[in-house]
Amino acid sequence: MPAADERLRRTMMFVPGNNPGLIKDAGIFGADSIMFDLEDAVSLAEKDSARYLVYEALQALDFGQAELVVRINGLDTPFYENDIKAMVKAGIDVIRLPKTESAEMIRTLEDLVLTAEKEFGRPVGSTHLMAAIESAKGVVNANEIAAASERMIGIALSAEDYTTDMKTHRYPDGQELLYARNVILHAARAAGVAAFDTVFTDLDDEEGFIRETKLIHQLGYDGKSIINPRQIPLVNAVYQPSEQEILNAQNVLAAIEAAKQKGSGVIALNGQMVDRPVALRAERVMKLATANHLLDAEGNYVGE
Amino acid sequence: MQIKQSALAGTLESSDVQIMLSPAKQGIQFDLVSDVAKQFGDQIKATVLAVLAAYDIDQVTVKVVDKGALDPVIKARAITACQRALAIADQPQWEVL
Amino acid sequence: MENKSKRVIPDKILQAGHYQPFESTDFGQPTIQRVAPKVTAQTGPSKVLDSVKKVVAETVQDGMTISFHHHFREGDFVFNQVMREVIDQGYQDLTLAPSSLTNVMNDIVVEAIEKGVVTNITSSGMRGSLGNAISHGALKNPVIFRSHGNRARAIEAGDIKIDVAFLGVPNADEMGNANGQNGTAAFGSLGYALMDAQYADCLVLLTDELMPYPNTPASIKQTQVDYVVQVDKVGDPDKIGSGATRFTKNPKELQIARMVNEVIIHSPYFKDGFSFQTGSGGAALAVTRFLRQSMIEKQIRASFALGGITKPTTDLLKEGLVQKVMDVQDFDKGAAFSMKESPNQQEIDASWYADPANKGAMVDKLDVAILSALEIDTDFNVNVMTGSDGVIRGAIGGHQDAATANLTIISAPLVRGRIATVVPKVTTAITPGASIDVLVTELGIAINPGRTDLQAALEKVPGLPIFTIEELQQRAEKIVGQAKPLEFTDRVVALAEYRDGSLIDVIKEVKD
Repeated sequence: MPAADERLRRTMMFVPGNNPGLIKDAGIFGADSIMFDLEDAVSLAEKDSARYLVYEALQALDFGQAELVVRINGLDTPFYENDIKAMVKAGIDVIRLPKTESAEMIRTLEDLVLTAEKEFGRPVGSTHLMAAIESAKGVVNANEIAAASERMIGIALSAEDYTTDMKTHRYPDGQELLYARNVILHAARAAGVAAFDTVFTDLDDEEGFIRETKLIHQLGYDGKSIINPRQIPLVNAVYQPSEQEILNAQNVLAAIEAAKQKGSGVIALNGQMVDRPVALRAERVMKLATANHLLDAEGNYVGE
Repeated sequence: MQIKQSALAGTLESSDVQIMLSPAKQGIQFDLVSDVAKQFGDQIKATVLAVLAAYDIDQVTVKVVDKGALDPVIKARAITACQRALAIADQPQWEVL
Repeated sequence: MENKSKRVIPDKILQAGHYQPFESTDFGQPTIQRVAPKVTAQTGPSKVLDSVKKVVAETVQDGMTISFHHHFREGDFVFNQVMREVIDQGYQDLTLAPSSLTNVMNDIVVEAIEKGVVTNITSSGMRGSLGNAISHGALKNPVIFRSHGNRARAIEAGDIKIDVAFLGVPNADEMGNANGQNGTAAFGSLGYALMDAQYADCLVLLTDELMPYPNTPASIKQTQVDYVVQVDKVGDPDKIGSGATRFTKNPKELQIARMVNEVIIHSPYFKDGFSFQTGSGGAALAVTRFLRQSMIEKQIRASFALGGITKPTTDLLKEGLVQKVMDVQDFDKGAAFSMKESPNQQEIDASWYADPANKGAMVDKLDVAILSALEIDTDFNVNVMTGSDGVIRGAIGGHQDAATANLTIISAPLVRGRIATVVPKVTTAITPGASIDVLVTELGIAINPGRTDLQAALEKVPGLPIFTIEELQQRAEKIVGQAKPLEFTDRVVALAEYRDGSLIDVIKEVKD
């Protein structure tokens, strides 16, 4: 049983690991996940400072309800092992491994995390993992990566390195990512973990950002990686369920409740069977509705 | 204990603090520049000195330029400076964290 | 003694200034005898003088009260030209009574204080080197800080008796008909200066554009003017207002602005014909943009926008979302230009805007005011005057006046750097908590416990986090740590009046 639970992961906000000003405010914008970056956002000379800064921030600061993720430096760097130890000791929710290309890499990480959990007295299994797929090889091995460990909560597409590896670059319509996006999504769903889409770096192109978010929402992604808090409300708006969806979901859940009261095994709504997928979708719609502040205290729809 | 080399950690960006350690023959000389020195000077000093003590450093000149950093930032920068000054930047002292 | 805002005011100070301690935000309906200025009659043909030197020599005497306006803000060339002459001609013991003091005025005021030229100051506020000097006891007598409405009241009541007003204008004719809207250094509304024009015994206009007689529209009229002095330049157009007003990209400011808008649109006041004042600054402009969207969605139009005006507000006027703009000053070129173009953008003087000792001021009809704070305490008292080090670095502006609105919202970050904004007790109380209704921070809002109606309206809003103000204060303290109390000497360096002329607080000399 993978560690993935059904929490919302619409937005994973990247926060540079050596920037105290951005770190201290990271919790106030309502990102579902916050990813402190020890890797690309930190220069080689400051890898140590960023590691201690994120460590102390995790000890002392309040990041609200967000799931806390750290992107550590890669397996092939001298910072990898110390990053793991420091973040496990800090009690991070999720360690994100960059440039993941095989299940073996995840298992290596898993061993080190386990050792660190024991060394620092953290509950064994409390540190979850996720993998960033940034190369053709990673995409090809996405299935085994997503299923590599009980600790896995998700896999993410990281398009900058991936498009370079593919001898292309990013285009507005995203055709170059179509295969990778679908492969990663299928790997995630088959393994029962979350799928995160890549960042969109042009902050001034709001329209392009919304277009891309609509696309990955349509495909079925859990959410998008973001680089600025301003992108959070835009993603949330794309993931916002409609009034009709919410009413349907409420009816489904009411039917389930009514069936439970009657002790009936078969649940029907408007003459149709309510099966497990329908029930799961209804639960997710209600979770999204609540997160988007569309329901009042009594559960009535109060959207625009 | 003396430090092995001068070391600098942190930046002069808002909400950060820059801590410079340089070798000294005797005791700890502490110098603080901060817009919030009136309200938080004592706390900033106490935080830095506690980290120095954890590393057994007691002969050092400390120069702190604070830009409104929160306490965990000051602690992190002090740890980085000490690790660097003792030339053990790649061997974190886990018990200090 | 302790006043009703729980501030200790030394009895000596109350007696020396014949002051009443602050009692209440309710002004009541007293009958007030106003004063009238002296008039020196003349018939022209021209009032034009070609030198500041001459006009200062003709008008100023030791011990007088001289005044200026601050509509040129950081682009002011008039204040320095006049004060240079005043200092060089060796006058002593003057009272300086400008509508406010901007940074470009600091150095010369400090010099005038050091040389004994200026021994008393009353102003809306001050900053930088001047604020620092005053906080370190540079001036013998305490500075008196007054809101814009209170300055108007004090002038009308004779508490401020202006002997000579030196008013820079971007245009005037030879007899003194002038406005703020035309000319190279145009700044829009002359709102604050109009008080000086009406009540000064002697009025000197300084302008760099002499217009053919008669010059209209005449906000200042020839009936009020004694001299017109032609100078090279009255101001630097690029520094008078912020150029193009830019919408903030700061995510924390946007977060606060979004929440301020939620509070407004879910309050009972958000209905067709409501009125508002937003002020300047990044977050205020962002609020205006969110509010615009909500007004369009809900098909609600405002009857008027009040106070210091920015382009986003005049854009609402142009779109028909706001019917009238009641304009006491313009913060940017767009707003200043709009005043010239739009008959629905009315220039108002400080008395009309905000004076409590009036037969009705615009602020009395104000539904929503969005104001800022350097500090706010658990009694909702607001400090906009002293910084975290206890040094003077702010201005009352229209804060106390607009805070009498039906819904007064303080929009402020919970902490700035390592300084908490929400504190157990403000360093200086400027606007009493009784007039503050809601505090909005990036973490959530706090509602004045006296406003159970707002509590009921806002607690139904999904996703609007409501805390007690004590909870927000504790959250702030948890982030920054407990600040060591500031140290002051016993010497009072400034008095903060409430808008009714009572004393709300004193500011003491900082101990370094």
